[in-house]
Amino acid sequence: MSDPSTGRARALVIMPAWNEQEALPGTLAEVFAHAGDVDVLVVDDGSDDDTASVAAAAGATVLRMPYNTGVGGAMRAGFKYAQRHGYGAAIQVDADGQHDPREIAVVLAGLHEADVVIGARFADKGAYAVRGPRRWAMQLLAGTMSRIGRTRLTDPTSGFRAANVAAIDLYARHYPAEYLGDTVESLVIAIRSGLRVQQVPVEMRPRQGGRPSHAPWKAAVYLVRAVFALGLALVRRWPAVPPHAPVVAAPEGVRP
Amino acid sequence: MTVQLLALLTALVIVVGILEMVRRRELREKYAALWVVVGLVIVLLAAFPGLLARLADLIGVEVPANLLFFLALVLLLAVSVHLSWELSKTEEEMRVLAEEVAILRLELDRVRLRLDAPRPGTPSPDARRPDVPVQDLPRPEPVRRDEGRA
Ligand SMILES: Nc1nc2c(ncn2[C@@H]2O[C@H](COP(=O)(O)OP(=O)(O)O)[C@@H](O)[C@H]2O)c(=O)[nH]1
Ligand SMILES: [Mg+2]
Repeated sequence: MSDPSTGRARALVIMPAWNEQEALPGTLAEVFAHAGDVDVLVVDDGSDDDTASVAAAAGATVLRMPYNTGVGGAMRAGFKYAQRHGYGAAIQVDADGQHDPREIAVVLAGLHEADVVIGARFADKGAYAVRGPRRWAMQLLAGTMSRIGRTRLTDPTSGFRAANVAAIDLYARHYPAEYLGDTVESLVIAIRSGLRVQQVPVEMRPRQGGRPSHAPWKAAVYLVRAVFALGLALVRRWPAVPPHAPVVAAPEGVRP
Repeated sequence: MTVQLLALLTALVIVVGILEMVRRRELREKYAALWVVVGLVIVLLAAFPGLLARLADLIGVEVPANLLFFLALVLLLAVSVHLSWELSKTEEEMRVLAEEVAILRLELDRVRLRLDAPRPGTPSPDARRPDVPVQDLPRPEPVRRDEGRA
């Protein structure tokens, strides 16, 4: 989808949302106000509340999953949509407002140098802190992912990430739908398919309304499952990058 | 002797029951085949108890019943792994369908919106029957944010 003003492909914000009617209007308003000229696709994942109508009222395009498929399933649907409509870049932004919409442009700009760009906290910026087992899990994952990605990755579970055309093509087919697969495994897929992954430092904020989808006491379970997910991701066989997608992005990242 | 009769009856009930389920199309043939074979083996073993003893002796298992338990365990394990595999495959297929349905629903809503919109120059009383076939319509642009606010 070509942008007449610049001749460049447009960017699509993909926002997975599950029972987010409280936080969503605020987040969407911020995205429209600060993210520049992007289209916004909210993926309503079988919510019980008014997520879909709230999103449509705020001016977003709404993709409604027939039942809950998890963040991974919602994202794959979003990437399929992006691919079929010829978007040049897609960026995942959480509906709860934890990802500052002012940073969307920063993360997208990272696509000049990589195929997948992670907006990472702990990368010398921001005050949002995670403690306890979840922090240990993140550190373990970060160390391992940095090694296999051969680049510094401090926050591999961050959902704030952008993909260029090559990555959209890959993810439209192979975005992992399993628990935690949407974060850790999707990076392993990208790396092992020959895509370049990089991070840019961003600030994360606390959730701006509604409730988190998982309770804090599940942190210990998170540790175990994260490690398991990473182990699985490493031993699995990955499909080659789809034939029509170039492995290395053009120098300017976001392609026309 | 009564034990043997019981085993024979059980095996027969299983075989007949499975065949009946296949007949009513409640069980796919590929699953039925396995259970019919298992049922027939049980019928055989029940009808000729000497068979199991001789088989155990041949392999070197001292207590014939142990051979039976071992085989039954392996079979059940294999079947449940197979079912997990089938279920994983089915779930993945279902996910793909769910994604397609969601995208199609969005596209359909857009096409509808287009068809229902009053078109300038045509006093068409029935906007649902356009003179342009649906497949000739241009591919819908992603809805711009200001359009959706209307
Ligand atoms: N599509 C979809 N989105 C979800 C689901 N669970 C959570 N989300 C969204 O994922 C984002 C992050 O969820 P959150 O509960 O804040 O997780 P956290 O930020 O990792 O603690 C939010 O935008 C949620 O609405 C789900 O099952 N399906
Ligand atoms: Mg959150």
